[in-house]
Amino acid sequence: MNDLQQLRFRDPARAEALGEAIHEVCSEIGRDPITLMHVCGSHEQAIARFGLRTGLPKNLDVIMGPGCPVCITDLPEVDEGVALALQGVKVCTYGDMLRVPGTSLSLNDAMARGGNVAVVYSPSQAIEIARKTEEQVVFFATGFETTAVTTAAALLAGDVPENFSILSAHKYIPPAMEIVATMPGSRIEGFLAAGHAAAITGSGLFEPLARKHRMPIVVAGFEPLDILAAVLELLVLVRDGRNEVANLYPRCVSAQGNLPAQKILWQVFELEQGWWRGIADIPDGNLRLRDTYAHLDARKRFDIDIKKLWSHAPHELAAQCVCGDIMAGKCQPTDCGLYGTKCTPDAPVGACMVSSEGACRIWQQYGGRPDLSEVG
Amino acid sequence: MGETIVRKEGAGGKAMRRLIESVFVEGLAKPVDGIGLAALDDGAALRVGDRHLVVTTDSHVVKPIFFAGGDIGRLSISGTVNDLAMMGCTEPLALTCAVILEEGFKRSDLERILRSMREAADEAGVTVVTGDTKVMGRGELDGIALNTTGVGFVQRPVPDNGLRPGDRIIITGTVGDHGFTILTARHGLALEGDLRSDVAPINGLVAAALAAGGEDVVAMKDPTRGGLSSALHEMGGKSRVGILLREPDLPVRAEVRAASELLGIDPLVAANEGKAVIGVRPQAADRVLAALRAHPLGREAAIVATCIEERPGNVILDTGFGKRLLAEIEGDPMPRIC
Repeated sequence: MNDLQQLRFRDPARAEALGEAIHEVCSEIGRDPITLMHVCGSHEQAIARFGLRTGLPKNLDVIMGPGCPVCITDLPEVDEGVALALQGVKVCTYGDMLRVPGTSLSLNDAMARGGNVAVVYSPSQAIEIARKTEEQVVFFATGFETTAVTTAAALLAGDVPENFSILSAHKYIPPAMEIVATMPGSRIEGFLAAGHAAAITGSGLFEPLARKHRMPIVVAGFEPLDILAAVLELLVLVRDGRNEVANLYPRCVSAQGNLPAQKILWQVFELEQGWWRGIADIPDGNLRLRDTYAHLDARKRFDIDIKKLWSHAPHELAAQCVCGDIMAGKCQPTDCGLYGTKCTPDAPVGACMVSSEGACRIWQQYGGRPDLSEVG
Repeated sequence: MGETIVRKEGAGGKAMRRLIESVFVEGLAKPVDGIGLAALDDGAALRVGDRHLVVTTDSHVVKPIFFAGGDIGRLSISGTVNDLAMMGCTEPLALTCAVILEEGFKRSDLERILRSMREAADEAGVTVVTGDTKVMGRGELDGIALNTTGVGFVQRPVPDNGLRPGDRIIITGTVGDHGFTILTARHGLALEGDLRSDVAPINGLVAAALAAGGEDVVAMKDPTRGGLSSALHEMGGKSRVGILLREPDLPVRAEVRAASELLGIDPLVAANEGKAVIGVRPQAADRVLAALRAHPLGREAAIVATCIEERPGNVILDTGFGKRLLAEIEGDPMPRIC
């Protein structure tokens, strides 16, 4: 037996037992398809990486929702970063953001036109850069509540240099789940909630959502057994018509979550309405810097004129991109006419193909959902 | 294809194969009696009387030039000896060595590299018989580039396209050791454990497999750049069989697995410099495996895959939790940024 099998969370025998139970419950439910949505790129990666879909019943669809922070960063938000970089401000951001197309340019395109862009691994690194330069430095802050906490913590650590500010494109997941669940034509019967986000916010946060929209929610971890166990639990809740929240990731997630982290998050940020790329305008979907931190808000510090960028031609294929529908669970990557031909990891058209957390990119890397059940 | 050559076209994946097929094979290949350029095997095998003369050549650039477990010198000898061995030629006749140096390169480093080449050549039982030296100006080359060519005779060359459904695939040891050693060194990652390159001449190991398996050894390839994934895609594609690879059976060192999770790079696409992928008829699989395991360089050899009729040219990965298609890598594996 090698160390893969010895890992507690990677036991194929347990996986097989869970798989059998999943088949049984799906056959009891009987509908075709039963659709469950997860809202996390890391879940999609694990599902694809371990080939879990080939073991699932044919009448069960586990689809990826708006769970990749890069994918849902809106075009005008990218445009704002591009505009700042082109007007000489040093824009620091995570590497995944570089190639995301804005209305007409990505940050990478901005660099090629002489824009000032730097890749960082954390907000603190951007602050360090600001300390060592006279230039204005803006941290283009993307990511969900998990990442927003690190942005908030960096600001609260104090001694932030005067030439540093934040362009917040941070997003907050729970309201997006609500919107996606209630979209006309939605087939979603239950959610797998992301374990790392829930570690911050707590599983209890999902209770009102589950009750109001009659939608069971299961908090899931990221090992294959975590995911299979959470899928089984969610199916049982669906079968029994119990619109409850279950926490199947108790080793990291509690009902109330990480209270100090929440304190930091809400001390710095507040919720506001915001557009999620290709999906919808989501009330309370964005995280904005509170007025107390207005002096660190790049949008207030600079006159960001993205209209100037509209003179550039928009991406000619952008209109054909269905990333929004993919993230809303209305179709899968292979339904897109651009997938793998005109939109590839090397030359992405849509944001889902850019990020290592994007559904299209993950399907490219791991080979989509071919029918391999009869092979071997 | 772009107007200029890009780095990924030398990385051992799909992009490099496209370049070789469209430029080199188109431009140079002619039919030969034996295995020639168009076969894109590890080397050529040209009929001479009742034997085949095997020829192979390889250029070596690596950063850093000294790494845990080896250096560019050991790599240059091992790479060529192993390419000969993959054609079935386990007793190489001789090697040549061409060295291109950048002005400013340290003499002591050059001497250290040459000592290492000598050691590796002794291990392989082969001698360097001729060579060439060039020195270029500062900035015209990154330190040092080595080219080695090898020749030898073999009665029966082993191609890389002889697989048929039912055949078993053996890997002669743990995968990804060289690739992850280089990646972690290049990115300055200090990881716990003993992460070392597997770079070694394995002609002795391959000889043991051939002695045990005879004509039931039907295909061989060394999983260097592009790793086991590229080797299997190439062997399966040329043989027109599907390959069902069982991930739980794959020998992977704990250090490599840890680095793999950290960097987000699959050990299956990472380079190996002391391993062979051997395709054998089913009746000989256990015999060949036992012979490999009896050799000091093959103790962790394992049967990891079976050739199937379905999905020719594809590699299907059975993860132990389900199955998926293994996508062939395009260019160099890059660590995730965030």
